[in-house]
Formats: sequence, C-alpha cells, structure tokens
Amino acid sequence: MTTVTKKADKIDRLAELMQTTEVTSGASLWREAMRRLRASKMAAIGAVVIAAFVVIALIGPWIAPYAPTAQTWRGDVFPNRGEFVGMRSGNWFGLDHLGRDVFSRWLVGARQTLLVGVVSMLIGLVVGALIGVCSGAAATLGGRAGQRVDTVIMRFTDIMLSLPSLLLAVSVAAVLGQSLTTVMIAVGVVQIPVFARLLRGSMLVQGGSDYVLAAKALGLRKRRIVLTQILPNSLSPVIVQATLSLATAIIEAAALSYLGLGNPDPAIPEWGVMLAQAQRFFDNEPMMAVYPAVGIIITALGFTLLGEAMREALDPKLRG
Amino acid sequence: MALLSVDELSVTFTAKGRKDSIAVDGVSFDVAEGQVVGLVGESGCGKSVTSLALMGLLPAKGVRIGGRAVFDGQDLLTMSPQYRRDIRGSQLAMIFQDPLSSLNPVVPIGVQITEILERHRGMKGEAARKEAAHLLDRVGIPDPARRLKEFPHQLSGGMRQRALIAMAVACAPRMLIADEPTTALDVTIQAQILELLKELVDQEGTALLMITHDLGVVAGLCDEVNVLYAGRAVESAGRRDLFTYPTHPYAHGLLGSIPRLDAPRGEPLRPIRGSINDRIAWADGCAFAPRCDRYTMECLTGTPELTEPRAAGHQVRCVNPVLPKSKAEVSA
Repeated sequence: MTTVTKKADKIDRLAELMQTTEVTSGASLWREAMRRLRASKMAAIGAVVIAAFVVIALIGPWIAPYAPTAQTWRGDVFPNRGEFVGMRSGNWFGLDHLGRDVFSRWLVGARQTLLVGVVSMLIGLVVGALIGVCSGAAATLGGRAGQRVDTVIMRFTDIMLSLPSLLLAVSVAAVLGQSLTTVMIAVGVVQIPVFARLLRGSMLVQGGSDYVLAAKALGLRKRRIVLTQILPNSLSPVIVQATLSLATAIIEAAALSYLGLGNPDPAIPEWGVMLAQAQRFFDNEPMMAVYPAVGIIITALGFTLLGEAMREALDPKLRG
Repeated sequence: MALLSVDELSVTFTAKGRKDSIAVDGVSFDVAEGQVVGLVGESGCGKSVTSLALMGLLPAKGVRIGGRAVFDGQDLLTMSPQYRRDIRGSQLAMIFQDPLSSLNPVVPIGVQITEILERHRGMKGEAARKEAAHLLDRVGIPDPARRLKEFPHQLSGGMRQRALIAMAVACAPRMLIADEPTTALDVTIQAQILELLKELVDQEGTALLMITHDLGVVAGLCDEVNVLYAGRAVESAGRRDLFTYPTHPYAHGLLGSIPRLDAPRGEPLRPIRGSINDRIAWADGCAFAPRCDRYTMECLTGTPELTEPRAAGHQVRCVNPVLPKSKAEVSA
C-alpha cells in the first residue's frame, strides 16, 4: 500500500511541481525552456546520443556489412568447445555462436529496439493521456458526479501502479503470446497509469487557475474550457515524461526479449534477444553480451539525460 | 426597478471538522442600469466572495449560499447551471483583478476573444476576427490586427487589462462586475482603465458593480457606495454623502486614515486599531465593536439595524453613529 501511494504521490508531485510553472511567463515559457535546454550540457549529450541511435536505427540495415542472418563463418566458431574468434578485421564485434557477424546484427537490431520503444511509449501516452483527460476534466469541471468518476479512474490507475511494472508486462505478454506486438503492448500498458495520473494531476492544478475562472465567467462551454484552456497548459510534464518513458520502454522491451517473451523470429535481431543468447556463452565470449547491453544502456541514458534536462528547463524552481 | 437586486446574500464556507466560516453575512444592495455601485472594504470583508457568488463561480462543495440576487427578474443563485452559463459573458460579465493570470498564457489574444463571440453571438471566421479587432480598438489598444496574434505575455499590463475588458464587453453585457480591476496596475494605467470603464458605462448604459479597497477609485467612479465590514454592509450612501459625512465609525475611520498630502509634516497617521480578526459575530452585536472608539454596551445586543440617522438614502448600521455635528472631527 505504502509503495503505491508513494509512487502515486511522486507522480502527483511532479505534476504539481511542473505546474507551478508560472503562468506569468506564458507561451514564452516554451521559448525560455528551449533556451535553457540548448544551454544545458546534459541535454546536448542526450540529444547527440539519441540522434546517433536514431541514425543507426534508420540506416542500420543498409550499412551493415553482412546480412544479420548469414551464418558465413560457421566453421570458425565452436561454441561447444568454447572457441570464439573475438574481435577481428571484417568482424569488428566478433562472431556469435552460429557464426553470424555480431556487428551487423547489432546495427540491424537497433531498429527493433527503437520501434518497440517508440510504439510502446505511444501506446502508453495515447491511452494514458485519454484516461488522464477524462479524469482531469471530470474532476475539475464535472461537479460532484465528476469527482466520483475521477476517484474511480484514479483508484484503477492506482491498482495498475501497484503492480511491479515488469511483472505486469510479463503477465500481459504471457496472455497475448510471444510476438513483437505483444512486447509493444505489454510495455505500453505499464506506462498507461503513469501518463494518466500525470496529466490528470497537472490538469487539476490548471483547473484552479485564474484564467479558467475567467473563462467560466465568460460563459464558455466546459468542453471548450478543457480543450483550449486547461489541456494546452497541462502538457509540459507529459512531454517530459514521454521522453523519460522511452528509456524505460527500451529497457523493459529488452527485458521481455531477454525473458523469451519477445519476437521469436530469429531473422530479426533485437538487442534483448542478442543479450539472452549471449548469456549462454558468457564464460568464453563475454563481449558478445557487452555490445547489446552497452547499446541498451547508452540509448536509455540518452533519453534519460534529455528528459531530465527538459524537466529542469521547464521547472521554475530551478530557474535562475 | 433595479437591474440587479441583491437581498440578504450570505455565503458560508463549511468544512468537515472545522467551524463554519461566514464570509458574507447578509449583504443587500441594488444596481440600476447605467449606475456604478461600489463595494468597499478591507481584505477579508467578503467583497470578492460576493462577486463570485453572483457569478456562480464558487465551488459547489463546502459552500452554503443564502439570500436572493435577482438579475433581470431571475434569481442568479437558483437558476439552472445551463442558463447561467448562457447569460455569463453575454449579459453578466466579470473583470478580474490580475489580468495576466486571467488570460490563457498559451493562446493568442485574438482566439480568446473570438471564442466568446462564437459562443454567445454565433460569429465565425473572418466576421469574428473583425469584431475582435474592433473590440480591441474600442478599449484603446492600438494596432489591434497585430495584437490579436500576440500572446498575453507580449502585452503590457495595461493592455492585458484592456484585453480582458474587451472580452468582458464583447457581447455588450447589461452588467459588469469588476473585482479590483486596477489593483495589479501602475497608478497611471489605473487612471486610464478607470476612464475606460467610465466611458463604457456612460456610452452603453451598462451597470457596473465595482469591487475595490481603493477609496480613490470609489471617489472617482461610483454613484452609490456600500462599505462592507466582516461580511455585512455597515454603510451605504451616495458617493458625495459618504465622503462628506462618513457616519459609521468604520467608514469614518477609513476616511480618516488616508494620509493627506496637505497634512503638516510629522503628523502621525491615524489607523483604525486592531485588525479584521478582532471581531465578534454579527449575530451577537456589531462586528466592529472591538475596534471601535465609540462602542457602548448597547453595541453588544444583537445585530444593529440599518437606519438613516442623517439623511434619507444614507443607511448606517450603527447605534452610535458619527453625526454631522462632528463635521469638525472629519476635517480635524
């Protein structure tokens, strides 16, 4: 119970923190945030890492020196005897246990990782934001009945938050069966309550602001107030969370693949799967695990750095 | 027949496990078309709560509202939410204290004005845009076409308040409620905004309920003034009567406490002693008694009635009013 409340509280606090973002600076808030983002080293490093990752993901299959599935050097490795070739010219990352070029597989695998990360984040964002908007709108403008609706939705998200995210993802994946779509949905589902709670919290803060009162005093309809007044002002924490979520999504997707719930098709390499396969040969060829692991970590780090920098840029309390 | 007739309006905030807090305790006043009526009082006397109650903007939960507020034959306090939304902004509009926080920061001014025109006057597209520019022009914003595209933070404080006023008068409302419209502005801008409000009232015959703690604003603008203390009107009179013959000890003290430029050097200021927290419930007597120099035991025998001890139409809620013989006291 306590961990649930803590988690929920943390998200609410984040929403509130971001929303004390003075209305005084208005739309210049974004301009100001962009300026501070550009000045931030953390953001620059994050952006470079992400850019590199995206480029690799996009053009990986074309620059890969070999087909990711070609077992060209099958005779060079003897996994049973623990004989691997390691790094050598032509195979920069060495060969895996089936005689495939690890570097090529790594390059091609980046695309799957990016795809899973982005799609699952989008699933979480869209569904979560929809729930959050309903809940936030009901709570701010729906009167007593609306507050009841909000309470029900929020208890539901609390339940989802109370489940350990990986366990939830594994359960979803287990129910849906093994496939790439499963991984995306499973990882996305985990993000839903986070986005829902965040958006709802930030809408609640905006709902109490003067300009919403002024809009009510001018007789605007509720739907209009939600769409043009509350929502546009509530989005900044959600955008930050979306960036941070990409990092979590990538790690969780890799974890699911590692646990064998990912894409079963061996023709499509993926960093999580590569990691799982490398585990068996960790004693003899540890580098085979290091490459995908480093890929996952660096990419997640890039998104985290950018996300944190964005959060700082948008946080008025750190302004100065 | 007054356009708005408020009768014994009371607002009580209730919270579980806490004592009820009475914010407005039986306020009555009338506002006729083309008339400017002031509600004056210090912080916490219930001015703003009165305006929010009239607009129906108080939260539904934890608030008890009593009395009647008849606007154009309809009771504002009991009408359906749907009907209230329809007349808000079209017949009854409000101008808020802080123009910046009352404007949506992420939407250009033009959109904020046109959405009201769309809502209440059914205007669309180019017509709405033209009308919005016309409105900005009317409230004295130069180059309206350009300003329409700008965001609130790009306007100066005075222009923001003008834009808010433009939004409030967009549908030619019959009544405006202005809740301290000049408090957040520079003195020079204050004068311009008051001038603008006066102009609107004179030209359109709009009724204006002016809520303020600034006696200068009252002196410059209001026809009738109600002085509130602890949620009740203690004195209501025409502007001239109030300023020449403040009769309730509180009003008297308020006017006496204004520093004067022509006072001799070194003369001490004359505050009213105590604070608004030193009060007794109106039900038990005069809430001002603990701070009053003139109080007697009689002040503690139930709520004093409104009487007209000095002149007709000059109502005072006091058993020991400051009467004209003390005119010397005023100028002293």
